[in-house]
Amino acid sequence: MTTIEEVGPAGNAPSVTPVALGRTRGGPDVPTLRPDRWWIQPTVIFLGLTAFVAYSTWAAFINKDYFHAPYISPFYSPCISSNCTYQQLPIIGTWWSISPSILIVAFPLGFRLTCYYYRKAYYRSFWWSPPACAVADAHPRYSGETRFPLIMQNVHRWFFYAGAVFVVFLGIDAVRAYDFPGGWGMGLGSLILTANVVLLGLYTFSCHACRHLAGGGLRGFSGHKIRHWLWKRVSVVNAHHMLFAWLSLIFVAFTDVYVRLVASGVITDPRFF
Amino acid sequence: MTDVTMRVWRGDADGGDFRPYKISTEGGEVVLDVIHRIQAEQSGDLAVRWNCKAGKCGSCSAEINGKPRLMCMTKMSSFEEGQAITVAPMRTFPIIRDLVTDVSFNFEVAKRVPAFKPKPREADGTHRMAQIDVERGQEFRKCIECYLCQDVCHVIRDHEENKPQYAGPRFFLRYAELEMHPLDTNDRRTIVREQAGVGLCNITKCCTDVCPEHIKITDNAIIPLKERVVDRHYDPVAWLGRKIRRRS
Repeated sequence: MTTIEEVGPAGNAPSVTPVALGRTRGGPDVPTLRPDRWWIQPTVIFLGLTAFVAYSTWAAFINKDYFHAPYISPFYSPCISSNCTYQQLPIIGTWWSISPSILIVAFPLGFRLTCYYYRKAYYRSFWWSPPACAVADAHPRYSGETRFPLIMQNVHRWFFYAGAVFVVFLGIDAVRAYDFPGGWGMGLGSLILTANVVLLGLYTFSCHACRHLAGGGLRGFSGHKIRHWLWKRVSVVNAHHMLFAWLSLIFVAFTDVYVRLVASGVITDPRFF
Repeated sequence: MTDVTMRVWRGDADGGDFRPYKISTEGGEVVLDVIHRIQAEQSGDLAVRWNCKAGKCGSCSAEINGKPRLMCMTKMSSFEEGQAITVAPMRTFPIIRDLVTDVSFNFEVAKRVPAFKPKPREADGTHRMAQIDVERGQEFRKCIECYLCQDVCHVIRDHEENKPQYAGPRFFLRYAELEMHPLDTNDRRTIVREQAGVGLCNITKCCTDVCPEHIKITDNAIIPLKERVVDRHYDPVAWLGRKIRRRS
């Protein structure tokens, strides 16, 4: 076997791999030979993601019951319009009259949509490309992430930056969740908002783009002790990125439900002190 | 001794079908043992490629009950008793005969990977690498070239027309190994994007799932390559950094 040494055009080498297409392949021409219940996983993921999208869309548009001092729903934080129940960062004027959540939802949504784990999840469960390993792709043509709109998956890094900023805001919310009108204290909601930011932080900073920026993009670690140290730490949490993706997704919805129930008076937040 | 029905693909480029073989198996046997017994006792002309019987040569790749696996590493005890077991050749490659496929596509792709091009030697005539950099590449060198990852990859399994412009997981591993080599001076990022087709991969992780060496192909090779392509082609901050560095 010979390989070219120089990058770039090598003599008369063709620009594509010379390969004969259309030759007979072995095995029967069927979508899959798998006898197991391969469809369970994509179905469960489909139902889970659909449920989250449905709930979060409703929660983002409903524009009420998202604040009860000192708790704010993560779907409405940072609240950047003047019509917020809780004035956090009113950089958008009074002309904005619909839900303030709409102004910020694109960032966490974009972060999750372009996330390497969620891409696997929805390509398999929603687009069936492929639905499971060694099960035929449901589409006759395929261009992957080489064309618009899927080439936009390459902006994941930018959503990671935005995601990191959101974690800071939610961290501030978590600290404020101990600052009650009568003074510092701790309620069940304080713990829930704290757990929420911890899970979102683990999800955000275990992301593959973060791992690359921490040090994975280096050719060699020699001479980059701090980045190597960082890369090793991020690699540990990155191995559990899927777990954090699901836990943070479920918990952010749960946090919104909790704040909503407290704010609407359905339940009373238990105070520990 | 347990009786089992093996449905083995028999055929060549002119066509074929599954042929059932009733055969007894003993405790501890693997699928390759049973295929060899069929060959010895019932069908001497059954074609199967194999070599080490230890999961290290990567020769006996096939699709067992529809899943790409090494026949020598698949225990018969892992199947339910009474269940017929299908053994088919790898679907992605053209058939030669029975369970043997023509995997030469992979050799053609291999030829196109720009080779290691080291930095000049140091003053004492040596090349030096830190241990942390040596360790980083070890995972990639575990590859036994069984091509199960290439077989399961839907980009070429279900869309053969992509073969000329797609390297596949096994060779993304090779590209990643070279791109993470501190002594190498080639920059393959544009080739990875334009000729190896990393953008065709939609990271559904089947290559990682089937790898008998448990190499994390997607997390440690393909995604790092995609991120390197982002550095080179889709990140304006990285572009600006390159411009400033070049000017200074």
